[in-house]
Amino acid sequence: MDDLSRFKQTYFDESAELLAVAEAGLLRLAPGEIDMDEVNAIFRAVHSIKGGGGAFGFSDLVAFAHEFETVMDGVRNAEIPVSTELVDTLIRANDVLSRLLAHADDGTEPPAGTTDDTIAALRRFLGKTGAAEETPAPPPATVHADDEDDEAGIFGDALAAIQAARDDQPPPVAGPVPGGKSPGDKVRWTIVFRPKAELLLSGNEPTYMLRALRRLGDAEVVCHLDRLPSLRDLDAELLYLSWTVTLLADPRVGRAQIDDVFEFVADDCDIRISAEALPPAIIPPAEPAPAAQPAPVRPPSVQPAANLPEPVVPPPPPVAPPAPVATSGSAKPGDGAKRANGGGTGGDHAGPTTHTIRVDLDKIDRLVNMVGEMVITQAMIAEHLRDLPPGQFQELLEGLEGLAQHTRELRENVMSIRAQPVSSVFSRMPRLVRECAAMTGKEVMLVTSGETTEVDKTVVENLVDPLTHMIRNSIDHGLEGPEERERVGKPRAGTVHLSAAHRSGRIVIEVTDDGRGINRAKVLSKAIEKGLVQPGSALSDEEIDNLIFLPGFSTVDQVSNLSGRGVGMDVVRRNISSLGGRIGVYSAPGEGSRFVLSLPLTLAVLDGMVISVGDERFVLPLTNIVESLRPKPADLHGLVNKCDVIMARGEYVRLVHLHRLFGIPKAIDDATKGLVVLVETEDGSRLGLVVDEVLGQQQVVIKSLEANFRRLDGVAAATILGDGRVALILDVAGLREMSRHGSANSGGASAPTIPSLAAPADRGGQRQRQTV
Amino acid sequence: MSSSTAIAPVTSRTDLQPAGGIANGSEEQYVTFTVGSEEYGVNILAVREIRGWTPESRLPNLPDYVRGVVNLRGIIIPIFDLRARFGGGPTQVTKRHVVVVMQVGERTRGILVDAISDILAIGHEAIKPPPDIDSGLVDAEYLSGLYTAENRMVTLLNVGKLFAGEHVDQDAVPRAMLEPT
Amino acid sequence: MKKTVMTVDDSRTMRDMVSFTLRGAGYEVVEAADGQQAMSAIATTKVDLVITDLNMPVMDGLTLIRRLRAIPAHRTLPILMLTTEADDGKKAEGRAAGATGWIVKPFNPDKLVSVVQKVCG
Repeated sequence: MDDLSRFKQTYFDESAELLAVAEAGLLRLAPGEIDMDEVNAIFRAVHSIKGGGGAFGFSDLVAFAHEFETVMDGVRNAEIPVSTELVDTLIRANDVLSRLLAHADDGTEPPAGTTDDTIAALRRFLGKTGAAEETPAPPPATVHADDEDDEAGIFGDALAAIQAARDDQPPPVAGPVPGGKSPGDKVRWTIVFRPKAELLLSGNEPTYMLRALRRLGDAEVVCHLDRLPSLRDLDAELLYLSWTVTLLADPRVGRAQIDDVFEFVADDCDIRISAEALPPAIIPPAEPAPAAQPAPVRPPSVQPAANLPEPVVPPPPPVAPPAPVATSGSAKPGDGAKRANGGGTGGDHAGPTTHTIRVDLDKIDRLVNMVGEMVITQAMIAEHLRDLPPGQFQELLEGLEGLAQHTRELRENVMSIRAQPVSSVFSRMPRLVRECAAMTGKEVMLVTSGETTEVDKTVVENLVDPLTHMIRNSIDHGLEGPEERERVGKPRAGTVHLSAAHRSGRIVIEVTDDGRGINRAKVLSKAIEKGLVQPGSALSDEEIDNLIFLPGFSTVDQVSNLSGRGVGMDVVRRNISSLGGRIGVYSAPGEGSRFVLSLPLTLAVLDGMVISVGDERFVLPLTNIVESLRPKPADLHGLVNKCDVIMARGEYVRLVHLHRLFGIPKAIDDATKGLVVLVETEDGSRLGLVVDEVLGQQQVVIKSLEANFRRLDGVAAATILGDGRVALILDVAGLREMSRHGSANSGGASAPTIPSLAAPADRGGQRQRQTV
Repeated sequence: MSSSTAIAPVTSRTDLQPAGGIANGSEEQYVTFTVGSEEYGVNILAVREIRGWTPESRLPNLPDYVRGVVNLRGIIIPIFDLRARFGGGPTQVTKRHVVVVMQVGERTRGILVDAISDILAIGHEAIKPPPDIDSGLVDAEYLSGLYTAENRMVTLLNVGKLFAGEHVDQDAVPRAMLEPT
Repeated sequence: MKKTVMTVDDSRTMRDMVSFTLRGAGYEVVEAADGQQAMSAIATTKVDLVITDLNMPVMDGLTLIRRLRAIPAHRTLPILMLTTEADDGKKAEGRAAGATGWIVKPFNPDKLVSVVQKVCG
């Protein structure tokens, strides 16, 4: 079945999705909260996994899925009441199924006994319904084990009969297969076929049945018109014809194969089949069985039909051509199909329903990389053209403009292929919540919103660990136990709200809980105890809250940070920032905490503005830029002698000299001689970046600085410009943090930068956003 | 683009035939280079390529031995200035300066040196331990030994340790900032 | 001219296998993931045979068969149903709804082709 093995990957992919569907449904299933649609979806998921598994011969898996499915069937028929115990068992069954799939995928055998406990548990529920005695029938796929034909038995039992016939063994009850015949001999079958008048209305078409008979041997077909009414009485949808077919077939063609032709119509048509073979080997039927039996019943049910003409005269005409090739040019649907005649009908078949294709992710990644390289190349060309004498090569420049436009569209389209809703991550969280709740003895309700928010696949993948941490953290540290909650007048069950949304070109994910909020006294004393903060430090509430992101704050060992388990919030922060993201926390005592994390929508390309400071060039993400302006001296004001502010768009904005922050020599210090780029962070706070020059807008390919080096404050990532040189992509919020400390210290440029702790600045209010 | 040289042709000396001289079990090959008057060697297995100097992009707020980053065929690698690392101040680069691109664990990085000197096959027994350096004048950590080639002394470097510190401290919080104000 | 077969199944694996097998045998194949999709696709596409799964979201197979049969143009359209079990009850139900025949999963490509030939040539 090599033909089928090509579908294995599809099967495993699909099964993984189905498992997730089933799991999500199971997690929502609870006594009194039974959504039949959901139950049906779970049933179908298991059913599909079983069905596909059968095709590939994964018999263990099919056997187990069958048990699982049987219980789900009971649930959907309301025969099995939904209890917590049931749901737990079903979730376990889903896990076992997942493991079996993993083994099937690897080609490894699951350890003996993998399914035993779960099967036993599943069967207990069947027992409770009274269906106990009945051991679930082994699923069909396991019946046909290895034999090539048996394995897939399209007709189930009928197949066995065909197989038997092929093996030259008499079919169970009858068959014209005489012993000791040379293979060249033929068997003459006579088939009388009198369909009922309504046959066509079931979609059956006698022509095709007759053709099928032709494929079995040399057929002579006589059509009987005796019931044909006059034209006036003729109902075009009814069938008035009947046929007698004399089939000269190889002895290996068994009775079952002929029955097979009439399989679908046997019940309501008059079909008589008889054979004339050399030795009258036909066993006379014990009772006059009607010629046509309901086709495949239980195994030995293929009935002999020969109650009519007893075997007659032997000698078959020896002249028949050996091969049962249909001569009438009928059989193969592919015949002459290569050129669909006429455009119209060909168009009809163009399959409008096939709207999606599955593409290997590697291919898309290659495409993304290629687009990235193209963006660089395009920038490189643009760079060279900049040196051309102005006013010439206008067409070239226009062409380049068009190329830039197309490159941008191409990039956007390619990126959209990779976009995925965050639901694939969110859907894993209910289970986590359930587990955490069970472990901590707390009651937790998870609310999610914005699951359909789309973001690049790599971002989605990288969300799993941070979200896992944050939710675990919220349940573990944020929420109170049910009793405590009752005491303070909150509902027993705490709520964790997980949401996603697009905001200024980024995805913002929030994890909010209605727990006790960050215990600042405890956090501070712990930080002091760990030597992270000097005793007696005067930290603001927000600074204390943000201590939880400090490395070394968490007690747990941080070695295993790759697995994302058992590590502290500092690892979350580091992971997030390695993706060009940021995380912050708001907390209000007694009311709860809110973790806000923002990430770029894609990790591949961004629209940026190239700026220069001294000899260095940097890229500012376009999404951060409000405008750039050249201030007049009157626009600038000194604020408490340390920092400059500028009035821009009706608001005083702090000026930040990039060259001071980064220690860049030979740069313009006087903002009135350089430029001020007004930038805005996701939380809306603004900053005026003083730079030498704005060189132009450009798409840049995001390159990791961390792959070979490390993260730098104020720097989101790096890129390669048109001349092949590296430029750093600036992290505006990071710059703002740096500048706060820079201005607090006297020598801005030389001040060491601090990533996490920030003094509250703009926007007062109880809940202060801190970006880390 | 910048000149990128394969390693083999670098040596011109014939007495030590690195290419032909099949390193027997106890010998390993080292690429040696000079910084000022000193000669250093690194295990050839760690060396990915040697390329001419291309202008770097500076990185903010880092020690002077972190020269900056360059584009190595689409990936971004940091360049460390070996002279500065050893306290000799930043190198005044010329076209003749070279960067030894090394693979250290998962990371690729370049070190800026004055010139490539040689490729030596060195037997383990010929490597002398570094002298007593408890004096604190030298970090013993990244020295893996000394070797005498003809009448020159070659300092063998443990590249894994040489720049080991610089990515560990990334989350270090300057304590000063947290001290009472 | 190629005949067009519509495979209706919520399982992508099944649709893929049916499509691949039948395309290999010279048929055009269009796919639908549930009864509803099949109904809307069939309104715009000429189909010579429908092979439908029974258990599907949105609109199940039996409903699809009944709806199709209710449309005069499709009264004689061959419709095969896919069933997992060789369950006579299901077959009877299917037939009552108007199915032409059935195919028991898991199936063998040769058999699939032979059944398809039997009902649509």
